[in-house]
Amino acid sequence: MIEFRERYARQELGLNVIAYHNEDGVRDGINPFDHGASYTDIMRTQPLKRALTQFGFDAAIGGGRRDEEKSRAKERIFSFRDRNHRWDPRNQRPELWSLYNTWKATGESIRVFPISNWTELDVWQYILQERIPIVPLYFAKDRPVVRRGNDLIVVDDERMRLEQNESPVNMKVRFRTLGCYPVTGATESDAETIEDIVHEMLTTRCSERQGRAVDREEAAAMERKKKDGYF
Amino acid sequence: MSVAQEVYSQLAVHNSKDLLRFITCGNVDDGKSTLIGRLLLEAGAIYDDQIAVLQSDSNKYGTTGGRIDTALLLDGLEDERQQGITIDVAYRYFTTQRRKFILADSPGHEQFTRNMATAASTADVAIVLIDVTKGVSVQTRRHAYIATLLGVKQIVLAVNKMDLVQYQSEVFQRIVDEFRQFATALGGVDVYAIPLSALEGDNVTVLSRNMPWYQGETLLGYLDHVRIEDRLSQASLRLPIQRVTRPDANFRGFSGTICSGQLQCGDEVVVLPARSKAKIKSIVTMNGELNRAEAHDAITVTLDRELNLARGDMLVPRDAEPRITTEFQATIVWMSEQPLVIEKRYWLKHTTRKTPCEIKTLHHRTDVNSLARLSAPVLRLNEIGFCTLHTTEPIVCDDYQTNRTTGSFILVDRITHETVAAGLIAGDAESNQPGYWSSASALTHAKRQQSLVRMEDREAQYGQKPGTILITGLSSSGKTTVALHLEQKLFEAGKIVVVLDGQWLRMGISRDLAFSAEERSENLRRGAEIAKMLNDSGQICIAAFVAPSAWVRQRTRELIGGDRFLHIHLSTHVEVCRQRDSTGQYQAADRGEIQNFPGVTYSYEAPDDADLYFDTSMQSPEAIAEDVYQRLTSKWF
Repeated sequence: MIEFRERYARQELGLNVIAYHNEDGVRDGINPFDHGASYTDIMRTQPLKRALTQFGFDAAIGGGRRDEEKSRAKERIFSFRDRNHRWDPRNQRPELWSLYNTWKATGESIRVFPISNWTELDVWQYILQERIPIVPLYFAKDRPVVRRGNDLIVVDDERMRLEQNESPVNMKVRFRTLGCYPVTGATESDAETIEDIVHEMLTTRCSERQGRAVDREEAAAMERKKKDGYF
Repeated sequence: MSVAQEVYSQLAVHNSKDLLRFITCGNVDDGKSTLIGRLLLEAGAIYDDQIAVLQSDSNKYGTTGGRIDTALLLDGLEDERQQGITIDVAYRYFTTQRRKFILADSPGHEQFTRNMATAASTADVAIVLIDVTKGVSVQTRRHAYIATLLGVKQIVLAVNKMDLVQYQSEVFQRIVDEFRQFATALGGVDVYAIPLSALEGDNVTVLSRNMPWYQGETLLGYLDHVRIEDRLSQASLRLPIQRVTRPDANFRGFSGTICSGQLQCGDEVVVLPARSKAKIKSIVTMNGELNRAEAHDAITVTLDRELNLARGDMLVPRDAEPRITTEFQATIVWMSEQPLVIEKRYWLKHTTRKTPCEIKTLHHRTDVNSLARLSAPVLRLNEIGFCTLHTTEPIVCDDYQTNRTTGSFILVDRITHETVAAGLIAGDAESNQPGYWSSASALTHAKRQQSLVRMEDREAQYGQKPGTILITGLSSSGKTTVALHLEQKLFEAGKIVVVLDGQWLRMGISRDLAFSAEERSENLRRGAEIAKMLNDSGQICIAAFVAPSAWVRQRTRELIGGDRFLHIHLSTHVEVCRQRDSTGQYQAADRGEIQNFPGVTYSYEAPDDADLYFDTSMQSPEAIAEDVYQRLTSKWF
C-alpha cells in the first residue's frame, strides 16, 4: 500500500503527501498481538488527530460510505468534530436537500464523505469505468497465508507473529478491503483483473468488511472509535 | 461470454437502472423496523455473515422470541439498540433487477419531526405504516402531512399486522377509505394501499396466500414499478454558480450543478440578480466539452462576454425567470432546541447564496396532528409554522412546489452554527390563503346580462344608497345584538335592510361548513357574495361575522367594493366575551368539542384598519347602534 502511495500519489500525481507516524508507538513496539484493541487507537486514531491539529486542517475528506457499516449508515456527509476530533452522534446537523451547513467555529474540524451514498458496487464500477490504478493487493496472487479462526492472514513480513505449530502455505488470495496489516483477512480468489473483481462482487455472499477484525472486537466497535476521533 | 464481457453487460444494466429514494414512516410498535428488515433481507441486500450476526443478536436483543428479529438489521447506534428505539435517520441501499434504492428510515415519534422532514426532503415515495389493529391514527396523519409538505407526491399506505385480524378485507378497506378521505386535504398526493404482515411475510416481497382478495402489488413490486417523475428535469433551467474558475488570464468559467432544466451551447441566459444577459459559449467538464447538459450535471460554463459573476449568482433562461426578492413567505420546520425568535438575525442559505435574514412575522403554527392553524408567539423544536422573512441580500427563488431546490433554504444560528430551520418558499401570497376567493368560475365564457332597472332608479325609489356594514369581533362580543338594533333603527327610518349573521348562515346555506380556517373563510365569502347581491339590488346589508383573518376581511372589502363598505370592529375583551358566552361555545371549545375557536385555540388577527371601533363592555349595544346610525345618516343617506 505504501509503495503504491509513493509511486502513484507522490510521484505520478505530484501531490504533497504528509506521512505522519506515531513515533512513540513505533519506538514502544505497539502491535496488535500484544496490545489488542489499543493498537488501532495508538497507531491510527491518536496520530490522525494529532496530525490534523498540527497542520490546522479545516476539513479531512474520507471515502467512508453509509453501506459499509452500521454506524456509518447514519453519518452525515459533513460530519462535525469538536476540538478533540470527537464525533457526537446526537450533535450533527440535519442535511436536507443538497444544502450543507458548512459554518465552522474555530477549533472545529469537518470530516467530509462525498461518496456516502455510493455502494461498494458503485465504487468498483467507477474504478473500472475510469481505469483508476489501484493497490495490487486487491488482485489475486499466490501469497503465503495462515488460517486464524475464520480469517486467512497473509504473512508478509516479520510483523506477523506466528504461533508455534503454524506454518504458512501458499494460496491464491486477494483483499477485498484494506485495513491494517496484519489484522485484515484475505479471501481466496482468482480475480486478477478489475473485471474479475467486479464479477466476484456481483456474485458474493459475504459482506465487504467481513475480513476486518477490528469491527468484531466488540459490538459497535466502529461507533466507539468515531466517538473517539477516528474517521 | 467471457467474464469481462459478462461484467460489462451487467454493469450496463446496473448503469441504466434508475434510482428511487423513499422513506419509511411509522413507529417501532407498528412493526416498521421488522418490515424494512424483512424487505432488505428478502431483496438480497444482507450478506451471509451479516445474517449470522443477526442471528446471534436476535438471541441477545431480539423481541421475537428466538426467531430472527429482522428489526435488528436497522438500528445502528448503541443507545438505540439497548433501548429499542430509533433516534436518527439511517440510510440503506439495495438494488433489484430493475432499480437502485436508497431507503431513509426516519423515526416516528413527534419529537423527531425534524428527522422525518430531513429524510423526506429528497424522497420520491413515502411508506406510511399503519398497525391494522390501531387504524388511522394521529401519527398516521402527521407522517402523511410531513411527507407531502416536503414534496413527496406518492404515498404507500402499508397496513401491517394483517395476521392479527385474520386477514380480513373489510378491516383493511375501512382504513384505506378513512385515509383517502383525509388525504384529500393534502393536495394532489397519490395513495397506494397494501395490506401486509411484516412478521409473517405477507405481501412484502411475496404475494400473500392469506389474502386472495388483494389484487395489487407487493411492497417490493410497487417500489420496483412505480413511476418516478423527475420534476426537476422538466422545470426551467436553474444553474446556481458555485465557484468561479480562473486558472489563468485566458479562461473564466462558472461552475455549478444544474438544479433543473437543460442547457445548450448558444443558449441565451440571464444572470440574476444583476439581470445581465449573455450566451453560453462552452460547457466544460472532466469528460471534455459538451454541447448540452442536463439537470444534476456538474459543469463549468463560459459565456460569450466578459461578465463578473460570483458564487451565489444564478443563470436562468430569458423566458422563465424566478422571483428575485428580499421579502417572501415560507413554511418553516423548526429544528432547534432554542425556539424561534422574531426579528433575530439568522443566516439563510439558499442554493449557493448566504445572506443574513430575519423572520419578520410568524403568522401561525400548523399543528402537525390536527392540521389546525394556531396562533403562536414562538416556534419550538419540531413545530411547523408559516412566516414572512426578510433577507439582506435578494435571493433568486421559485416556490417549493415548483422547484424543490430553488424553493428551499435553511436557517443557521449565527453563533452556534446550528441549522435551526428548514424552509419551504411559498407561492404567491394568494395561493396560500384559504378558500375560493381567487378561483375562476366554472362558467368560463359567462357574461353577465345587465338588469333592466338602473341603480339610480333604485336609489331614488328606495330613498337610500346601498352598502354593507360588516361588524366583526370575537364570539359573544355582541355583534348580533348590535346588528339587530341597527337593523331596527334603519327600518324605522324607512330603509330596506337585511341582517346576515355568520351563525345563522351556518344553519342554512353554510350547513356544510365546520370551523377550520378554510371553512371560516368560505363562510364569510358566501356572506360577502350575498351582501353584494343585496347591495346590487339596492338594499342595505348588515353582516355580523367573527372574521378572524385579516386577509379574508380585506378580500371581503374588495368583493363588495370599498365605497359601499363600512367595517365596525367590536374590540370587547376576550374575558368579557367568555363570561357572557351566550352560545356556550367557549365552554365547548375549552372541552375540546370545537376546534379552531378564535380567542381560545385560534389566533384572532385584530384589525387595525377598521372604520369604527366599539367596546360592548363600555357601551350598550343599543348605544353603539345609535352611534353607527348617526354616522350612516351623514355619510350615506
